[in-house]
Amino acid sequence: MNETGKIITLHVGLIALLFAMNFILPAYHHGNIARVMVLASYAIGYNILFGYTGLLSLGHALFFAAGMYGMGLAIRFLGASPVPALLAGIAVGALLSAAVGALALRTTGVAFMIVTLMFAQAGYLTILLFGEWTRGDEGFVIQQAERILWGIDLSDANNRYLAALLLFGCCLLLSLWLIRLPVGRVFVAIRENEERAKLLGYDVVRYKLAAVVVSASFAAAAGASYGLLFGYVGATFATVQYSIFPLLWVLLGGTGTIIGPFIGAVFMFYLIDLSSGVTNAYMLIAGIVLVLLTLFAPQGIMGELRRRVWAWLP
Amino acid sequence: MGEIILSTRGLSRSFGGLQAVDAVDFNLPVGEIRALIGPNGAGKSTFVNMLIGRIPPTAGVVKFKDQDISALPAHVRVAQGMAYTFQITSVFSNLSVAENVALAARRRLGRDKIAVQSEVKHALDRVGLADRMAQIAGDLAYGHQRLLEIAMGLAQKPQLLILDEPTQGLADSEVAEFKQLIRELVSETTILLIEHNMNVVMELADTITVLNFGKILAEGTPAEIHANPQVQAAYLGTG
Repeated sequence: MNETGKIITLHVGLIALLFAMNFILPAYHHGNIARVMVLASYAIGYNILFGYTGLLSLGHALFFAAGMYGMGLAIRFLGASPVPALLAGIAVGALLSAAVGALALRTTGVAFMIVTLMFAQAGYLTILLFGEWTRGDEGFVIQQAERILWGIDLSDANNRYLAALLLFGCCLLLSLWLIRLPVGRVFVAIRENEERAKLLGYDVVRYKLAAVVVSASFAAAAGASYGLLFGYVGATFATVQYSIFPLLWVLLGGTGTIIGPFIGAVFMFYLIDLSSGVTNAYMLIAGIVLVLLTLFAPQGIMGELRRRVWAWLP
Repeated sequence: MGEIILSTRGLSRSFGGLQAVDAVDFNLPVGEIRALIGPNGAGKSTFVNMLIGRIPPTAGVVKFKDQDISALPAHVRVAQGMAYTFQITSVFSNLSVAENVALAARRRLGRDKIAVQSEVKHALDRVGLADRMAQIAGDLAYGHQRLLEIAMGLAQKPQLLILDEPTQGLADSEVAEFKQLIRELVSETTILLIEHNMNVVMELADTITVLNFGKILAEGTPAEIHANPQVQAAYLGTG
């Protein structure tokens, strides 16, 4: 099998596997995996910016929350149905990221991390400030009646799983397609050697802005879907924690691999889930595992796999 | 003298109190191989970096194809037909040799995969790296990385190719191949060569410009420069 064949087999195979699991997973894990798939979509978006373009943002919770609130507020105040609400969420995330990106990209490195962190913090405080509409920390519930899409009730576990899989599948294949396009190759070139890319005639600022907007749109789609599928919109999702999560998942799963964000999200989710069954000090176990992984597989799970066996892994 | 492709008027750059480049007027005709030489610290790198747009001048004008490009960023100058190869090897070391050259070709050829592939093959053939296309660039020997830099320059099909110390660190046999390559290129592009290796300069250049203390000390054919007492003094450090 040639490289493209292997790549398609692996990624489509993962989607097929997740589809099959819909029918065999016990209820508890069925719900977990649905949640993980939405969060992994968020991480896939994060990875486009961090893993492929080499820009470390500490403010992606802003875009996740923008998608979530863009969707939630459209339903709550405009009575929008799920699809327009979802699109509104993505649009809000994309527009916000274009503005934030245009400003934040005037900086690089550590300054970029701090500026994005500050923007996200400002976003979080803005949500609290307009508590009358956003319900602040308390958040608001999206009623079951508002989550019916073309007659399909998204609050039903089965439908929710399949909707999450649809989102995840789209994000996975879109990101795979994107990084194999010339524009994706330029993202990688910028990550590898920005000065060289510039002197090959590429407008690196424009490309970096494009990466920010694409990455944030994925995050916003994930945020909007999360709110829609799990029926809750709240300011917690705009906190710094939710900016750190995708970074952790991507680092664990394998920076700059298409499948890594999903592997990292599953791994982290079940690491916390299983260790909390054993002890109250579950974060200690999670912490030790993270340290060990960083020591022995610094490129993450899929990154290590790529280094040792699957050199073709995109 | 033919049509001028690149010129500067009063081009200057100071760093604090140091005048690195001092009001340089420079003309480069189309189709020439021009060498830019000078002792260490003469301002060669600063001058070239202002030509390509990596550092802004403190005063003066750069013109490319009769257009003032002084205010344009580097990537626009490259898009207009200038190419620059780095003094310190600067390839994408984690990417394959072919992908390095493809990145150079793709900006011009866009999504036409077949055209990009044939351009990659062609550029690598010319520098003799065609059999190493699949290798990771960072694994290449140093001399081969220098050649890869040049292939990346060629794949852009520039009208002006600026080579910053291209033979630095090359073995003698590689230098001989490099000279042959440059001679073949001259029908396609104008070449500005910043070079320390006098043997290369004397053999290749149509005209030599000598910089010293940020100013043009002399300009002429290799024979004229060779015989110029001021140049000899500058190089011996007594000037």
